Amino acid sequence: MARYALRRLLFVVPTLFGMSILIFAMVRLLPGDVVDAMFTGEAGAAATAKQAIRKALGLTDPLPVQYIRFVGGVATGALGQSLTSGERVSAIMARALPITVELAALAAVTATAAGVPLGVLSAVRPNTAVDLAARVGGLIGLSVPNFWFATLALLATSVFLHWTPPVTWIPPWRDLPANLAQMAIPALAIGVYLMATVMRMTRATMLEVLRQDYIRTALAKGAASRAVLFRHALRNALIPVITVIGFQVGTLIGGATIVEVIFGLPGMGYTLVQAIFARDYTVIEVAALLLALVFVLLNLAVDVLYGLLDPRIEQA
Amino acid sequence: MNAHPAVGLPATQVRRAAPPPRWRAFAARIRRNAIGSTGAVIILATLACALLGPLAWRTDYASQASRRLMAPSAAHPLGTDELGRDELSRIVHGTQVSLQVGIISVVIALVSGTVTGVAAGFYGGAVDAVLMRAVDIMFAFPGLVLAIVIAGLLGPSRTNAMVAIGIVYAPAFARVVRGSTLGVLGLPYVEAARSLGISDARIVRRHLLPNIMAPLIVLTTVYLSTAILTEAALSFLGLGTQPPEPSWGSMLNAARSYMERAPWLAVAPGLAIMIVVLGFNFLGDGLRDVLDPQLRDA
Repeated sequence: MARYALRRLLFVVPTLFGMSILIFAMVRLLPGDVVDAMFTGEAGAAATAKQAIRKALGLTDPLPVQYIRFVGGVATGALGQSLTSGERVSAIMARALPITVELAALAAVTATAAGVPLGVLSAVRPNTAVDLAARVGGLIGLSVPNFWFATLALLATSVFLHWTPPVTWIPPWRDLPANLAQMAIPALAIGVYLMATVMRMTRATMLEVLRQDYIRTALAKGAASRAVLFRHALRNALIPVITVIGFQVGTLIGGATIVEVIFGLPGMGYTLVQAIFARDYTVIEVAALLLALVFVLLNLAVDVLYGLLDPRIEQA
Repeated sequence: MNAHPAVGLPATQVRRAAPPPRWRAFAARIRRNAIGSTGAVIILATLACALLGPLAWRTDYASQASRRLMAPSAAHPLGTDELGRDELSRIVHGTQVSLQVGIISVVIALVSGTVTGVAAGFYGGAVDAVLMRAVDIMFAFPGLVLAIVIAGLLGPSRTNAMVAIGIVYAPAFARVVRGSTLGVLGLPYVEAARSLGISDARIVRRHLLPNIMAPLIVLTTVYLSTAILTEAALSFLGLGTQPPEPSWGSMLNAARSYMERAPWLAVAPGLAIMIVVLGFNFLGDGLRDVLDPQLRDA
């Protein structure tokens, strides 16, 4: 297992390399740059002044030189400075990453805690009102835009509870209850989609597993149906569910991006969107790469976990 | 799909039986599928709203003639927005925008993904390795994040949003098409076609594509809903459809500033997005049950 994990981890390196090329190419080859964004609305800005700033920021160097600077910086940890604020990119990331990670983790935990029981309930009562409600509810969960959910939740709490979210992020290590109160709605808004996905997947795999011979055998030998359900069925049914959660981490990160903007949480997504509007290349590159890296590593972790849970995988 | 009859093949191959009414049995199965038929009805209603809506509700979506932020009334069933424009006419026009972006971006993803997937599956070897590594790398990005980066860097506009969404979801099509292609290429009738000396292009057109249609149709339906959601998200962030043109996402974003005074403005656009996405999800679920039982759990 350790060898498998190590091999997979090594495979992340070329993927990361490919991603860095893709990000760099997108950021540098698409039209407009940071200097244009700085001078928006100043039509009379002298071309020479713009060119001087570009030169100072290193934007006039040949593209391969700039790419090597980017990759070298990532490899050595010298990520450079924001082209607009001058703040160190590593400091910006250190501030933003915990917010996004906490949001995604809270969303994943909530979604799993609610989605699995709902899926089981739906599967053990197939084609009943409960099942239909769960199936339709699941599809509705897949269809609710998270930014709409977040907007309405914000509206409801301000109208009925007279509560508005604090304007700055409260780290969990400083004041955990206040932090959770602040993160609850955003995490729920992001988690609804995953909850629906987990519910649907649990239902599907439970239906599949409950048809297996070993379930019939367990029931025939007189095992309590509750024990069969949890010990024999659910444990096997959960394996694909874990994979699906891994796949959906990307949706969680994407959801976090937009929900952060709504709640003014200065996480990775918020930072990325601001940087894109400002064409702040160094921040865009690192933020995009970091988000993708988190995604890849989490998928890797899910794969390894999958192997631990299902010994058949390792031989394959 | 229908080849030209005059290709010089023996008569037995050229002659075609009248197409069996397969679609009729298919339609009957969709009708029996409660969730699928609900989805079909919602999508038909959405199409009707996009095509006929502007004829039925003739208020100009750009006119700022009314008072601002009016509550829903007979003259303005959904109220007016922050510039005094009729919300209902903007929702109706937004239907066209949403469907247009959804359909065009999915066509971009479908065509480029299918070409990539067929090429990778059909030629194998180095072509397969290069194309699929590229697909893997694109898959390493969370979809919305990649769409935000591409749309943001191309410059905020509806066309660029369509391009961005199309690019982002092409790899999903490429993967499924490659998988199905490999499955079909292993079947005896493809080998038979090859041994008859039929050209690659003809094998792809006549034998491969028709047989990978089922997963493609399901995938297209599912990604129509994803694309519409993504467009709304991009517009919400200001990276999609630009004002004054109404898009549900940007309408919802604008409504946030007036939530205390005019909460109804935050309800209608989100509800519209949800209904359309729900329609495609219902239809996709139904189609999956009917067309492609193996994909049911995916």
